[in-house]
Amino acid sequence: MATTDTVMEHHDVQNGDAWSGGQAPFRASYGKLMMWYFLLSDAFTFAGFLIAYGALRFSSPTWPVPDFVFSTAPFGIHHAPLIFVTIMSFLLIISSVTMVRAVQEGHRENKNGVVFWMLMTILGGAGFLSCQAWEWTNLIGAEHMSVTTNPFGTHTEDGVYLTADGKDSDEVFHAGSSYLMHKAGAGHGDEHAEEGHAAADYSPGDHPGHFVDEKGFIHRKFRVTEGPDAGMVKMEEFGPKAFGALFFFITGFHGFHVFSGVVFLFIIMINAASGLYVKRKNEYEMVEKIGLYWHFVDLVWVFVFLVFYLL
Amino acid sequence: MANTAIKPVVTEEDLLIEEYGYDDHFHEHHHGDKYQSNFITTYIFSQDHKIIAKQFLITGMFWAVIGALMSLVFRLQLGFPEENMAWLRPVLGKWITINDAGIGTLAPEFYYALVTMHGTILVFFVLTAGLSGTFSNLLIPLQIGARDMASPFLNMLSYWFFFLAGLVMFFSLFLSTGPFSGGWTAYPPLSALPQASSGSGAGMTLWILSLVFFVVSVLLGGINYITTVLNLRTKGMSMWRLPLTIWAFFVTAILGLLSFPVLVSGFLLLMFDRSMGTSFYLSEIFIGGQALDHVGGSPILYQHLFWFLGHPEVYIIILPAMGLVSEVLSVHSRKPIFGYRAMVYSILAIGFLSFIVWAHHMFMSGVNPFISNFFVIFTLIIAVPSAVKVFNWIATLYGGNIRFNSASLFAIGFVSMFISGGLTGIFLGNSAIDIQLHDTYFVVAHFHIVMGVAAFFGMFAGIYNWFPKMYGRFMNETLGRLHFWGTLIGAYAVFWPMHYLGMSGVPRRYYRFDSFEAFGQFATMNQFITIAAIATFAFQVIFVVNFFYSIWKGRKMTTRNPWGATTLEWTTPINPGHGNWPGKIPAVQRWAYDYGKDGKEFIPQIKPVEEGESEAH
Repeated sequence: MATTDTVMEHHDVQNGDAWSGGQAPFRASYGKLMMWYFLLSDAFTFAGFLIAYGALRFSSPTWPVPDFVFSTAPFGIHHAPLIFVTIMSFLLIISSVTMVRAVQEGHRENKNGVVFWMLMTILGGAGFLSCQAWEWTNLIGAEHMSVTTNPFGTHTEDGVYLTADGKDSDEVFHAGSSYLMHKAGAGHGDEHAEEGHAAADYSPGDHPGHFVDEKGFIHRKFRVTEGPDAGMVKMEEFGPKAFGALFFFITGFHGFHVFSGVVFLFIIMINAASGLYVKRKNEYEMVEKIGLYWHFVDLVWVFVFLVFYLL
Repeated sequence: MANTAIKPVVTEEDLLIEEYGYDDHFHEHHHGDKYQSNFITTYIFSQDHKIIAKQFLITGMFWAVIGALMSLVFRLQLGFPEENMAWLRPVLGKWITINDAGIGTLAPEFYYALVTMHGTILVFFVLTAGLSGTFSNLLIPLQIGARDMASPFLNMLSYWFFFLAGLVMFFSLFLSTGPFSGGWTAYPPLSALPQASSGSGAGMTLWILSLVFFVVSVLLGGINYITTVLNLRTKGMSMWRLPLTIWAFFVTAILGLLSFPVLVSGFLLLMFDRSMGTSFYLSEIFIGGQALDHVGGSPILYQHLFWFLGHPEVYIIILPAMGLVSEVLSVHSRKPIFGYRAMVYSILAIGFLSFIVWAHHMFMSGVNPFISNFFVIFTLIIAVPSAVKVFNWIATLYGGNIRFNSASLFAIGFVSMFISGGLTGIFLGNSAIDIQLHDTYFVVAHFHIVMGVAAFFGMFAGIYNWFPKMYGRFMNETLGRLHFWGTLIGAYAVFWPMHYLGMSGVPRRYYRFDSFEAFGQFATMNQFITIAAIATFAFQVIFVVNFFYSIWKGRKMTTRNPWGATTLEWTTPINPGHGNWPGKIPAVQRWAYDYGKDGKEFIPQIKPVEEGESEAH
């Protein structure tokens, strides 16, 4: 048995078994491995957030419907569910493709190709961030959603809205239909305005057809038409608070990752253009490492997109 | 370094390294200038793993003393609630209130701050950074045959983020509103609402900031440890030849890498609740008679996110100690570790199971009892790999030619503590028994013995054993043994009685018990615990004195391998410079545990397998 063991030893060394020491078992440099492990830990951070999202969402009786919430796009486009987010997701996904091209040109040691495709990637990332900036501006500025207030609500009963003087209007809704509470004053009374709105009184306090709270949100009143509460007059309430908080928190955290990625991409692009990586003769490994990060950020977006915009 | 100028004596190790080792041309580059050219790059912003290990160790010792002193103050309060504490006023200032009769009492809110800080400091700064940080840094490159960590720069950052975390936490101790006082687990709403308690304001802000820095430190360290173990093993050092220390550090780093990020998720949501008005963890709260407008959140969500780290964290603390103890027991009983592969598989099993038992900390938090079943089962299954390890340690000792020195005594003490504390874990892992025992002193006794004291014993075993490698000198053996017996007896004297308190229902985290009729009968037991705690602390002072005295005045190391160990760190020069080996890197020919084989006392890992040798690994 001793001799066989000794033979085994030589066999191992000759064969260069990847795990027998003296070499990198995954044939990856330490820097690339470190990036993978960082991404693994970052994935757990995002998983923590998404689990928090699930826990809070499923403890809420209602949840805003994405097709209703995300139906606005620039240039006055309304009632276009998910169109804008499709564009921004497309930009991000395309930037992953350009990233792949940059890494490929790196393997070919083609400096100009690397720089060009990295620039395209940066443009994609910056485009995504710009879209996100517009989306946030619209949600905060025009639709008045914040981390503490969520004006996107869902009806839980069938009913009919009241007119400004407190009578039943012809505006009927069913349980499960969505509403957005407007704010008195700025931004109100445009295309969302219903019949009779413009003439109504939006000073804080109780009115026949609506209630205006101290923040200026208009809670429209309605008469329940079915179920045990049929006949009662109720008013619109805010949607689950957690929606706004989670949305801004998680997409913000993701956006911060994209932003950092764009900054790093930019630095590495400058370095590549300066010829720094030509000297290293390692097939632009730095580009490959930031590429790993960039693809990861894209992958996370797929999950963020799934939970906020699709489910 | 001075000793490179003098030609060292050529030993058998040198010849073996010269013959079988491989030349990585390390010394042809001028690393020396970058790493150890002046005082600042050598001792402060050092990128050398050995110096960083010492930095972690000494910073950890500093925090251990602070944390222990805090525990003495609150033990005085519990043991002698009527005594005059006015003499502490020069240190604690306004937190000692003096009444008209001149009797000083500890402010209740500061009592809670002390308990909170004691837990935070010991768990994170001492037993995570001080233990895993020290020995992973010291031993990973030395024992796998690497020049340094994969990224020495990130390694340096890892220490300095830890230092920054410590600085912020230290600063929070001096706030006029006091440090955070809501318990080391920082459950909302106490941690989420600045108006909830005096420490929930600035104290909590600094606490959370400090811990975010700490997590950055752990992640930088962990990524480095994992990559180093995978990529930088020397020739012949297959995974199955790694010493158990390295396996333990490796799995510890993986646990940290996967669990600390979830804690960060929890903390970031908590920060939003604190400062942005969100309600992730808050729902329907009245404070000062006023209803807050926080609705829809769930405090249990925080507990899940926290304990998803919190439970792996106790294995992050205990696994390095287990690794150190395995190595020390094998070396000093002059026997191969019993069941090497079983030990590795049990480390892996413990690591895996540690991720699916977290809710056993929440049996009484209102989680669904059916979900509790799941967690009870996996919690109890952890007893299996733990028992495998215990039996293997005992079997390693059995029939060994044991050298009873400070290192091996502490290793044996670890096994004793781990058994005592592990058995009570089986009680607490049952959700039904937990109804009676949760939040009592039984829990305090359990986790202090199994993960506090036991981890300290592993750390002490490691320090006594590897002190010569760190400083080229030995620690004083007489003082070391005195330290051991004092600590062993003292720790049991402190924590054993707490089991009885807990079984009688005495709750933890109470400011005083004499005002409760049911607990008044335990006054003398509490006094006994307090006196034992003070005595045990006195023995730790002996250790600290011994440590620093020995750095400069200890008995000098004259041979490279004083313990007759097989592992690679003992083939380096007595004071290894940057790069650890002056010439080639040694190649490994065998596993780490060839003790007492074929009539030889030990065979170093660098020695080739000889013709006619019995079974080789």
